[in-house]
Amino acid sequence: MESVIEIAHLKKSFGSNEVLKDINLKIEKGENLVVFGKSGSGKSVLIKCLVGLIDPNGGEITVLGKNLNEVKGKALNELRKKIGFLFQSGALYDSMTVRENLEFPLRDLSKPKEETDALVLEALQNVGLEEAIDKMPSELSGGMRKRIGLARTLILKPEIILYDEPTTGLDPITSKEISELILAVQKKYNTASIIITHDVECARLTANRMMILKNGTAAAEGTFTELSQSNDNEIRAYFQ
Amino acid sequence: MISSLKIFFEEAGTLTHFTLRFFKELFIPRYEFKEFIKQAYLIGYKSFPLIAVTGFIMGLVLTIQSRPTLMDFGAESWLPAMVAVSIVREIGPVITALIFAGKVGSGIGAELASMKVNEQIDAMEVAGNNPFKFLVVTRIAAATLMLPILVIVADAIALYGSYIGCNLQGDVSFPLFFLQVIEKLSFADIFPAIIKTFFFGFAVALIGCYKGYYAKNGTQGVGEAANSAVVYSSLAVFIIDMMAVQITNLL
Ligand SMILES: Nc1ncnc2c1ncn2[C@@H]1O[C@H](COP(=O)(O)OP(=O)(O)OP(=O)(O)O)[C@@H](O)[C@H]1O
Ligand SMILES: [Mg+2]
Repeated sequence: MESVIEIAHLKKSFGSNEVLKDINLKIEKGENLVVFGKSGSGKSVLIKCLVGLIDPNGGEITVLGKNLNEVKGKALNELRKKIGFLFQSGALYDSMTVRENLEFPLRDLSKPKEETDALVLEALQNVGLEEAIDKMPSELSGGMRKRIGLARTLILKPEIILYDEPTTGLDPITSKEISELILAVQKKYNTASIIITHDVECARLTANRMMILKNGTAAAEGTFTELSQSNDNEIRAYFQ
Repeated sequence: MISSLKIFFEEAGTLTHFTLRFFKELFIPRYEFKEFIKQAYLIGYKSFPLIAVTGFIMGLVLTIQSRPTLMDFGAESWLPAMVAVSIVREIGPVITALIFAGKVGSGIGAELASMKVNEQIDAMEVAGNNPFKFLVVTRIAAATLMLPILVIVADAIALYGSYIGCNLQGDVSFPLFFLQVIEKLSFADIFPAIIKTFFFGFAVALIGCYKGYYAKNGTQGVGEAANSAVVYSSLAVFIIDMMAVQITNLL
């Protein structure tokens, strides 16, 4: 199998706060990796390192064959277009309509208008929110914002998607819909994903493999069944 | 003491870097022309009513306040010319720039800070869209070009206010007022005064963008950014004005 992300000996601290100590991780094409970890354990920091939003203090990150320590400027932007990032907060552009939000990532590609319109429509159909196209983000509910955020992430047809808590703060039914959406995207576009979540149900549905982040390292790795039936009480506690 | 010096120099360093990045990104394509126009509309056109009202009051009040002193010297006929010179050289540009700092500087600071706090700037960054170009370059360019226009408008309205002021207690016909003003105003009054407003506009937007772009996380960061944008850009207006006076005197 071909791996799309390779992380070796990744370290990151903020001042004296050592957040990531020694992370080693490989993700294969088409694979969903779910990451569990307590609040503040550095999950968001980990995926922000993968897109160069946070500069690590040490270690190597290779994404789609490119070493992140070496790509800069234009090449980094090219690489970033192949990675989708769903922010914990959705991060919709407040001053733009849903349509403009979705068109924004496409702006550098200078596609003809019909093609842009078709892509916007496809992305909205994927998340089942075609009717929201002319709304402003402030008019959307929390769950709708998450789904529009997801649509904006999908519009560039990324090879890798990083989901930061896609279901947090949503009711169980909407959560399930989002989890199924993640699964559908994986099937449809054969993307590799890292999914950060606290939601056991979401993990059960989407995970091919799981990792538990604790004290800056991977405390455990395995499938959902392996970890949820672990002999270690501390590991099992994440699944209650 | 040492640590606050260190913070000062660090801040000066990032601000310099920020400024240089503006000039670099201003000239390399792609050009965000559409967003520039939108910002010029929001920054320039939307500030127009406020600037017009303050300009009018400025001219009117200055005229009314100057009259008694000039009357003591028996120089009442100098009123239009004297007020015109003060407005065009100094009061028009500086007051307009300060109002601009209060409205536009704080607006930019708060807007970018809230985009930063809500990870919208990060989202542009990770999508490979250059947020600096889209958000910062357009706003600074728009403010730099709009403030001089606003100042010219404010000056004109202030002079009209002054004409009304002259007629409250005296009697000057508009042609006479106009002639007296034109006679006294030279190119050397107008030109440097307009040139410095480009720098005022640049400084206000630069500081607003800088404070917003590097806002600390949390809602508190938004308030702080808006507040310090106004404080520092007003200060910058005075400092630039002082330097401009020195330079014009040398010439
Ligand atoms: N930009 C930053 N500057 C300083 N410290 C930071 C920064 N970003 C994160 N941290 C610190 O890194 C640690 C991990 O943060 P992170 O956001 O990755 O947590 P998390 O695992 O995503 O938690 P949650 O589940 O609550 O989202 C925290 O202690 C946080 O204070
Ligand atoms: Mg997080």
